[in-house]
Amino acid sequence: MEPRVLTSKKPLTLKGFFLQWEWMLVLLFIAVIVMNVNLSDYFWDYNNLRDATMSFLDKAFIVLPMVFIIILADIDISVGSIVALSSVIMADLYAHGVPMELALIVCLAVGTLCGYINGLLIVKFKELSSVIVTLSTMIIYRGIAYILLKDQSVGKFPKWFNYLGWGYVGSIPFILIAFAVFAVLFGILLHKTTFGRKVYAIGSNPTASRYSGVQVDRIKIIVFTLAGLMSAVTALFLTSRMGSTRPNIATGYELDVIAMVVLGGISTAGGKGRMIGAILAVFLIGYLRYGLGLINISAQTLLIVIGLLLIFAVSVPKLKWKGTGAKGKAV
Amino acid sequence: MFADAALAVGTGQGAATKTTISAKFAKFRELGLLAVIVLICIGVQIRNPSFLTWENINDIAANTAILSILSVGMMLVIITRGIDLSIGATLALSGMIAAMTVKAHPGLHPLAALLLGFAVGLACGMVIGFLVAKVGILPIIATLGMMNVFRGLTYEASGGKWVSAHQMPDSFKQIATGSMLGINNLIVIAVVIYAVAYYFVSHTRTGRQVYAVGSNPESAEISGIKTKRILWLVYTIMGGLTGLAGVLWVSKFASAQGDTASGYELSVIAACVLGGVSIAGGSGKISGIILGAVLLGILNNALPMINVSPFWQNWIQGMIILAAVVFNALVKRGIDRNNLMRRKI
Repeated sequence: MEPRVLTSKKPLTLKGFFLQWEWMLVLLFIAVIVMNVNLSDYFWDYNNLRDATMSFLDKAFIVLPMVFIIILADIDISVGSIVALSSVIMADLYAHGVPMELALIVCLAVGTLCGYINGLLIVKFKELSSVIVTLSTMIIYRGIAYILLKDQSVGKFPKWFNYLGWGYVGSIPFILIAFAVFAVLFGILLHKTTFGRKVYAIGSNPTASRYSGVQVDRIKIIVFTLAGLMSAVTALFLTSRMGSTRPNIATGYELDVIAMVVLGGISTAGGKGRMIGAILAVFLIGYLRYGLGLINISAQTLLIVIGLLLIFAVSVPKLKWKGTGAKGKAV
Repeated sequence: MFADAALAVGTGQGAATKTTISAKFAKFRELGLLAVIVLICIGVQIRNPSFLTWENINDIAANTAILSILSVGMMLVIITRGIDLSIGATLALSGMIAAMTVKAHPGLHPLAALLLGFAVGLACGMVIGFLVAKVGILPIIATLGMMNVFRGLTYEASGGKWVSAHQMPDSFKQIATGSMLGINNLIVIAVVIYAVAYYFVSHTRTGRQVYAVGSNPESAEISGIKTKRILWLVYTIMGGLTGLAGVLWVSKFASAQGDTASGYELSVIAACVLGGVSIAGGSGKISGIILGAVLLGILNNALPMINVSPFWQNWIQGMIILAAVVFNALVKRGIDRNNLMRRKI
């Protein structure tokens, strides 16, 4: 095992540059587009592509903080439930006469609180892995959503709320612009700030980081809280797109999100990976789904495809992939 | 609260007593669980007198049987520091394949159906074991991915259709409803599995190696234990038991659907952590998980009987898991502090 250099500024040869995982993703992306264009005549249409992008971007907001979590060598499988809970509380408040603007803020607050609780539990009980903590909060959060709404659905939001999921700025979807803004913010946070460097440091070696004065607990709490907040943002867009909400929305989102992050070359061993990879993976999986949907592949087959893709994405770096983007460490 | 008590003992009069309360408790965990079970039973019985009838107890035992069979496998997985989220899907797949086979060949012996489901589960478990042990994928990622694959395969195999009660021969349904010496088959099968599992983990070399791999993988590897083989074995056992449970499930409920047992893995994990299986690996007892499974089984049966809305059950289950793992962590802290105190003298 070679020593891990934190500031990975190896001399970048031309070959090394093109052997990065991100280029592999770009190639895969092109392959998916070419395949889709050949499979269906309807794929290469601006309006279709634009609408498809709008339909898969909602969960992409969670991908951004999930990159941080996986770089920390943690995991959060409660995000889907946080989406459901914050969406249900927002809708329930609105149905009981609270103004939508206020309900919207409460939605964000609920998500943030849920994420904060996750972080707090993980930091206070270090014996417990983030797997088991978020597994139990996953059941609890969705459980609260079920207690509140039972098996009903709530809808009929004000008109302006639909704009979030369906609106355009010029001819560009609003959700795409929002995602781009958040992606840039999170990218800067990860790659250009000391906070981001500390996240990488913790992921590579938590003990060494603690001894070098990195406030590991604080950073973990912040990252999990961010995940909660972005899950609430996803809840806003998803609820707006669907026009109503139920306690069982966003089931399985955690899997999609983790698949995107891992496919983006972020190593589950922690400390490795880049934001751009995850963003590429969002569009890769999104267009793959869209294309397969166009040729009438069932949702069940898509399950298999996404599952295999996840396994493939984590296996490939472990089979001695010689890139710099994602080098797997046997766990 | 418990931590405070342990701390008070640990710092104040620790030298005198030499054991913390939580360390003492660890020895009586099973008794404690039993006490909780008895208390719940008494409480529910007061609210609803039809709870402790012979029929209902039999019902609870039969319902708990499948849960506890799965818990045995899950315990082995968690002991090796892993987790298996795919078992709900594996259960559905093996149950569906067995059900479709008996639908096509009604004359098939029920044992053959059981074996078929077992084989399907075993194959699923081997795939996961390979991914975890040989490829080195984190258990949660590998099982999350394969969960989707198996669930998708279940839908593919059935074409989205159900196999319902009237399409299954009676001999198949009798696997779960029939009885042996007056005891329901499910309970008999579960007891046999406990016995075999108890012998395996306590009295065989491989069984002890499972614990060694879980408590310290590096030293296990250095002392010559083939850790990868043990990991592979553990997930394969889990798969095999799940396949068996799949057939039992389909036979009991007399219907095989695409979404059978979806989310059931959470109940199984809950039974394990309630029974004191440490999520950090290396510890767990058969007696503990049986009690954990029974406690969950009683709760599932009792909550509707005392008119708790089914919509509360998710939340209650989640809180139980969280409380159990936090409690386990606090007990572990007490034990560690206790060991430290002994070392000082």
